Amino acid sequence: MISGTLVFGTSIAYVILLFILAYISDKNARLGKGKLLRSPLVFTLALSVYCTSWTFYGAVGSAARNGLEFFAIYLGPTLVFIGWWFGLRKLIRIGHKQRITSIADFVSSRFGKSERLAILITIMAVVGITPYIALQLKAISTSLRVILTDSPNAALPQTGDEVGLAFGVAAAMALFSVMFGTRNINANEQHHGVVAAIAFEAIIKFIALIAVGLFVVFGLGGGFEATYARAEDVGVALDASSNFGPRWITITILSAAAIICLPRQFQITVVENANENHLRTASWAFPLYLFGISIFTMPIAIMGLSLLPAGADPDMFVLTLPLAYDQQALALFAFIGGFSSATSMIIIASIALSIMISNHIVVPLALRSPKLFGLKQGQGMTRLLLTSRRVSISAVLFLGFIYFWLTSGSGALAPIGLISFAGVAQFLPAILAALYWRDATVSGALAGLLVGFIFWAYTSFLPSFGTASPFITDLLLYGPWQMEFLRPQVLFGLENMDPLVHSVFWSLLANSLALIVVSFLTQNNTVGQLQAAQFVDVFKQTENSQYSFTRSSAPLNDLLNMTQRVLGTEHAGRLFATYSNSDRIEQNKDASPHFIANLEKELAGSIGAASAHVLLGQVVSGDTVTLEEVMQMADETQQILEYSQRLEQTATELQSTTRQLQAANNQLRQLDQQKDEFLSQVSHEVRTPMTAIRSFSEILLTNKDLDSQQKQSFINTIHEESMRLTSLLDEILDLNALERGEQLWTNEPIDPNKAIARSIQVCTPITEQHQVEVRLGEHIRHVQVEANFDRICQVFINLISNAAKYNNAAKPFVEITSEITKMSDKPDQLTIRFTDNGPGISSAHSNTIFDKFWRGARNPDTAQSGSGLGLAISREILSQMNGSLELDVPKGGKAGMGACFAVRLPVHM
Amino acid sequence: MMASGSPDILIVEDEPAILTSLEFILQHAGWKTHSVTDGEAAIKSVQAGQPKIVVLDLMLPRRNGFEVLKVIRRQPATKELPVLILTAKGQQQDKQTARELGASDFITKPYANTDVVEAVANLIGQPPKAVPAP
Repeated sequence: MISGTLVFGTSIAYVILLFILAYISDKNARLGKGKLLRSPLVFTLALSVYCTSWTFYGAVGSAARNGLEFFAIYLGPTLVFIGWWFGLRKLIRIGHKQRITSIADFVSSRFGKSERLAILITIMAVVGITPYIALQLKAISTSLRVILTDSPNAALPQTGDEVGLAFGVAAAMALFSVMFGTRNINANEQHHGVVAAIAFEAIIKFIALIAVGLFVVFGLGGGFEATYARAEDVGVALDASSNFGPRWITITILSAAAIICLPRQFQITVVENANENHLRTASWAFPLYLFGISIFTMPIAIMGLSLLPAGADPDMFVLTLPLAYDQQALALFAFIGGFSSATSMIIIASIALSIMISNHIVVPLALRSPKLFGLKQGQGMTRLLLTSRRVSISAVLFLGFIYFWLTSGSGALAPIGLISFAGVAQFLPAILAALYWRDATVSGALAGLLVGFIFWAYTSFLPSFGTASPFITDLLLYGPWQMEFLRPQVLFGLENMDPLVHSVFWSLLANSLALIVVSFLTQNNTVGQLQAAQFVDVFKQTENSQYSFTRSSAPLNDLLNMTQRVLGTEHAGRLFATYSNSDRIEQNKDASPHFIANLEKELAGSIGAASAHVLLGQVVSGDTVTLEEVMQMADETQQILEYSQRLEQTATELQSTTRQLQAANNQLRQLDQQKDEFLSQVSHEVRTPMTAIRSFSEILLTNKDLDSQQKQSFINTIHEESMRLTSLLDEILDLNALERGEQLWTNEPIDPNKAIARSIQVCTPITEQHQVEVRLGEHIRHVQVEANFDRICQVFINLISNAAKYNNAAKPFVEITSEITKMSDKPDQLTIRFTDNGPGISSAHSNTIFDKFWRGARNPDTAQSGSGLGLAISREILSQMNGSLELDVPKGGKAGMGACFAVRLPVHM
Repeated sequence: MMASGSPDILIVEDEPAILTSLEFILQHAGWKTHSVTDGEAAIKSVQAGQPKIVVLDLMLPRRNGFEVLKVIRRQPATKELPVLILTAKGQQQDKQTARELGASDFITKPYANTDVVEAVANLIGQPPKAVPAP
């Protein structure tokens, strides 16, 4: 027996603590502080709003009555979080993008922002959740009575006091939820404070249950093994065959659906979520939490059955076990834990439901008849929204109380919760279609939900009142108007089935069939198709790929007025300042479709997508466009894109042509310059011998008295210079032909050594004149190269005579060597080197020596001079033999000492 | 000056045949000549031999005709020395450059012998002994 003062005092202190926590959290969140608030940990803990007093008290009761069945309640969510996290991520992504405010908003937004759908889901959710609220009221009032009276026989029929107590609890909870959930001025913001309080409650209930569990198992049962050993004695079946069946599977499916479809779970998972990456942590941490909180359920049930007197309410074992063993502090802690479970559920569920009621029922009504709701021009809807939410919260709790009152005879907690689960599971087909089936239509969704709801209400919800009304008892036994095939729990003659499995089977089957069949028979309107794409392909869209296929336009002024009505003057002003970048709104200026689309989203964040859409429809003229027009617009856009792509391509081509032309032009200019230089050089080369010829002929003409020796010498000079002129002209023509690439000869296998011998012989007069020794050094003896004999001789003669002509060494020589170089990708090469001990060629000239008309410093002692084309011609000749001519470093010698020319020719294989 | 044995004309030409012809026609006109075949030698000879005129080819080994001309014009002693440019490069550009650098006259190869003799006579203000008939 714990004194009422202590129990109430502790409860009130606990509530105050929650308030302080929420207040600080809200304040921190507003200041941008409180990183912990937006951490994955808080998100995960808040998710455990799933664990209500049903988990805290009822799971033990369920374990005591039905063995391991309770475990399925945790298995479903675990499977979803581990196996379907990507689906949850899609939900969250859509929720953030579309500024979704509730599960009703989600479904209605997907299906063409349908108001009817939003209203239907809201009603379904309220009806479906009512038993669940009642469950919490029942748990709190029962636990209160147990802890105050210390009576283990808490399951005995209630007195009128019990109803009064429940009403008191309901009223307190309503007050509590109103204070928590509607403190915020801005209705559309996230409830950081509430979430923080819920996370805190998650910790409290977890620790409380673990504390009781530890006490029971180790304080009373003597460890897990000893505890489980009592299972058989007390009649708890732990073997698989008696636990796993259709009912177990059904409950697993229901709990999996519930973790997605329960309005409070949707509120936490999607609406209150700060970052979709939190799901990573939650996907393992939440299942872990569930595992931890369920680990002592069965032991407590076993020990309760074993130690407490027969007839004790198993739903209250968590409290009665510590009380029976005089652990009053633990019992009080356990009570607070149960209180936590119940309050967190009630707060979030009532907030979620109140948002749905005010956004989808009150706001549409207020928009149609503002006077009825006392709305004045220019006054924001904020006050109306808050009021309607407060009233809604109270109404939801009152409904819960009514349900509790009417069904107060039906004992256990778990079956009540399962009725709710079956109810909200009706949302599942529509949600899955929203996420994955683009062709699902609004009519399909409406039909599915309505049919599922009716089936659920008839086979599950209605029968739960069985004991309260003789009419319903009759209905259950004989069917309506004595039509037995319509009996709610044996529908269409489906007998011998667990009522829950029966109800879930029929309702979900009918629901899905209706959704699919009607979707195939109907078509989405434009908004519906666009929204379908936004939902189904949410991951394919970029950050701001938001359609603005509204051809619509509206004066900014009207839009501002309307926005002020909903969000209040201040907030609206801020929005318009952000969007139009100007404080002043011009009276008649039209807003852009993009602006209108953004505004709609902003409004949707406050009053839901459907209401926002309707609201804008009143102001915006031109409505939405038809699908054909959207397609046409898309086509035009596509054409414009293609056209601009073609333009771009043409421009690119032009640019590249210009570049090519420029390059060609540069090349031409270079060639022209080269031609000029060449002409100038040719002219110089021609003028030089011409000068001598002309001058000497004039001398011969004018000076008749020259002695014959002089005369002979001058005539010789004239002749020599004429020859030089002839060979110069020959070489110019030759080089020209070579450079033009004319095929002047064909290459054939020849013996290079023969060509060398021949060249040395031809050069004998020059080498003898200059007293240059020609040495044949180390060379390859038996080899053939691809070349032309006469032409290669021309090259060799040029090189030998150059080496002779410019060699001023004391003992001049020129040495000829050859070697073979192996080539990997082409025929082997024969390299023939002509090395002399002359002045050499400075590195500065190593490249220019092959230029036309380049000449080294001539040996002043001699009149011998070439045209300056020899090396250029030689190089051309070799290139046409697929060989090369290069200035080389003499083998074994060092650069700068004499010149070394390397001739490379392909070896004939 | 005859007394010191200094030549009247310094010929700078690297083509042996042309050099021979120049020596012949200028000596035949009664002048003393001295010949060099490259730019370096030309500069030395101008300073050492104090000729009355330089007959200068442009395409020369070591230092080309323009460089030689520049050096001649830079030295105070040879600043006023007449320089006759003989070149096989017939371009207008070269004439322009030669004029700018202070060449006294410019003859393009191949030349008429009489033109060279006349130009030299003009520049040194001393008629040839025997003007060769055209």
